[in-house]
Amino acid sequence: MPQGTLCNQTPANTAEAVNALLSDTSGNTYYQEMKNLDVDSDLLWTTIQKSCKSRIKTWLEICARCGMCADACLFFHTSNKDPRQVPAYKIQSTLGELIRKKGKVDNQFMHDAMETAWAKCTCCNRCALYCPHGIDTGIMFGYLRGLLYQQGFVPWELKIGAGMHRVYRAQMDVTSEDFVDTFEWIVEEYEDDFPGLTVPVDVKNADIMYTVNAREVKHYPEDLAEAAVLFHMAGENWTISSTGWEQTSLAMFAGDWEACKMQVESVYHAMESLTPARMVGTECGHAHRATVVEGPYWAGRKNGMPPAESIHYIEWLAQALNTGKLKIDPAKRINELVTLQDSCNYVRNQGLKNAAREIISHIVQPGCFIEMAPNKEHNHCCGGGGGLNGLGIYRKQRNTAMMKKRDQILATGAKLVFAPCHNCWDAIRDLEEEYKIGIRWSFFKPIVIKMLDIPDHLKPEE
Amino acid sequence: MHDLLTGFFFWTAMGVCLVGVIVRFVSYFKGLDWKLDRVAYTVYPAAGLKGALVSIYRWLIPFGTHGWRTQPVITLLFFGFHIGAVLVPIFLLGHNVFLRDKLGFSFFTLNPFAADVLTWTALICALFLIARRLLLPHVRIMTTMYDYTLLLISVAPFATGLLARYHTGGDYSFWLNMHIFYGELLLIAIPFTRLSHIFLFFASRAQLGMDFGIKRGGRKGTNMAW
Repeated sequence: MPQGTLCNQTPANTAEAVNALLSDTSGNTYYQEMKNLDVDSDLLWTTIQKSCKSRIKTWLEICARCGMCADACLFFHTSNKDPRQVPAYKIQSTLGELIRKKGKVDNQFMHDAMETAWAKCTCCNRCALYCPHGIDTGIMFGYLRGLLYQQGFVPWELKIGAGMHRVYRAQMDVTSEDFVDTFEWIVEEYEDDFPGLTVPVDVKNADIMYTVNAREVKHYPEDLAEAAVLFHMAGENWTISSTGWEQTSLAMFAGDWEACKMQVESVYHAMESLTPARMVGTECGHAHRATVVEGPYWAGRKNGMPPAESIHYIEWLAQALNTGKLKIDPAKRINELVTLQDSCNYVRNQGLKNAAREIISHIVQPGCFIEMAPNKEHNHCCGGGGGLNGLGIYRKQRNTAMMKKRDQILATGAKLVFAPCHNCWDAIRDLEEEYKIGIRWSFFKPIVIKMLDIPDHLKPEE
Repeated sequence: MHDLLTGFFFWTAMGVCLVGVIVRFVSYFKGLDWKLDRVAYTVYPAAGLKGALVSIYRWLIPFGTHGWRTQPVITLLFFGFHIGAVLVPIFLLGHNVFLRDKLGFSFFTLNPFAADVLTWTALICALFLIARRLLLPHVRIMTTMYDYTLLLISVAPFATGLLARYHTGGDYSFWLNMHIFYGELLLIAIPFTRLSHIFLFFASRAQLGMDFGIKRGGRKGTNMAW
């Protein structure tokens, strides 16, 4: 059973293992080793027998191969209606075949399945809304990813990402000290403009415990400061936790369910230690899905709920604006056409379709907001979801997939796109870079800060 | 032959179908796993039930969902076939006379003209569904002989029923026996083939409805716009 030094069935459980993967430029050695990686058919079949129960078995069996899911898939649209991009075909020719063959498949099959699972499906779950039998192919691709991950057939970046969660309980090598130090430093930077601005750390029984995306700490610290500013302006009693502060889960994209559990349990432990009234997560889609929607199940919580009520940033922001905790200067409201990217991970997958629109009703002049078509739970994925944004070997497929979002945005005529999700934000940035359609994109935080009606006592002294 | 088909074979087919359906339906729900499926099925029964019922109901209504509305031609073919395929076998006058004779009860019966229209509609729609599989590349790629076989098993009782109905070919009893034979073949095939969707449709739709009702928005107060 040839196992590579980098590409193998063993997850990256140590900093050394993660660093070894990171030092392999573009995963060249990793992918070379993957070509010789054996398939452990017995393990594969045993795992399937234990974990593939009536829901997925029935989906695979009763799929009528009617093709109604085809039109729901952005990959089908952007591939000139390539029949190999029909969701039912994609899952039947991978997971379906894997089960029919009782796990007795070869290396090439696993390579093809890997490409299909990560570069032909973003697990956006849109096709589930268009199947008469209620078959959710996105869920099945998530399941397939887990089987592939277990065998070592996972894109290089996601093996690293899952390893990061195992080692650092964050998607990047950001330690608790890095997190707290960065947050405190950036808040200090903003203090001149916002007197009294602080970042409360490890405060028990606060009204809000705020969780973030590690890349904000590493690459976009201004996002942390903006969150602090808005909590400060709203007069919230909030805190961050020095541990369990990371809300994202690249392990979810990788199909590393063990790491998913480790990651969310760190956040839940923080909630249980600090006992906040609520947890608010940053403007990220998959982070919310991982920690709030799916996470409780990974952690074995029978009620499907995190230890404290947990809401997305846009829910908090909408409430703060609706209740007058934050006030907008009407003269500063956006006066140009603007559209909204609904994130699959919390709109289609948790029904949060109204909050962003409530925010928009406060910050955009009447008549300037234009919906994408389709929108809300029927919106298309940005093209980079499910981890596809970050996969070097599938960059071409990702860029093609983004054409759907490009065309949706172009059809609105808007030049500004609200993207309250890190993944969507990245994809829209990249589609502008790739296709140059002359748009701008933004989270809500920086936009709202610019148009706040700041009470006199919170203004800086002249 | 007729006695055998309406006697032993009938009871066998009916028994196999009913037992098979019950066993598979029960085992489907017993096989649902809150942790693997990541849906807290039993913790929120009201939200789950509401989600399940809405999910089933909306998809049973022609053009009742975005999916049906965005693909009107397929929708017409699907409903044209399925309305006849469900109503005619259960509510045809002849079937109910037979049912009363065998089981001592019968259902409401269809007007013979309506039954003719539904049967012809189902048959014609089935032919278009077969043509669709042959002509559309994205459907053809997934279609195997298994699909055509199932379609033929599904259509055969209708075709032979019409042949008997119009006394075509001159031999009524031959076509009637063929009709009964294919009907019984269909009954036996239901629990063991993809035709199990006849009842597993309700199970699968209920499951996804519970998922959306419990986890994916239902308890947030947002109704999924199927």
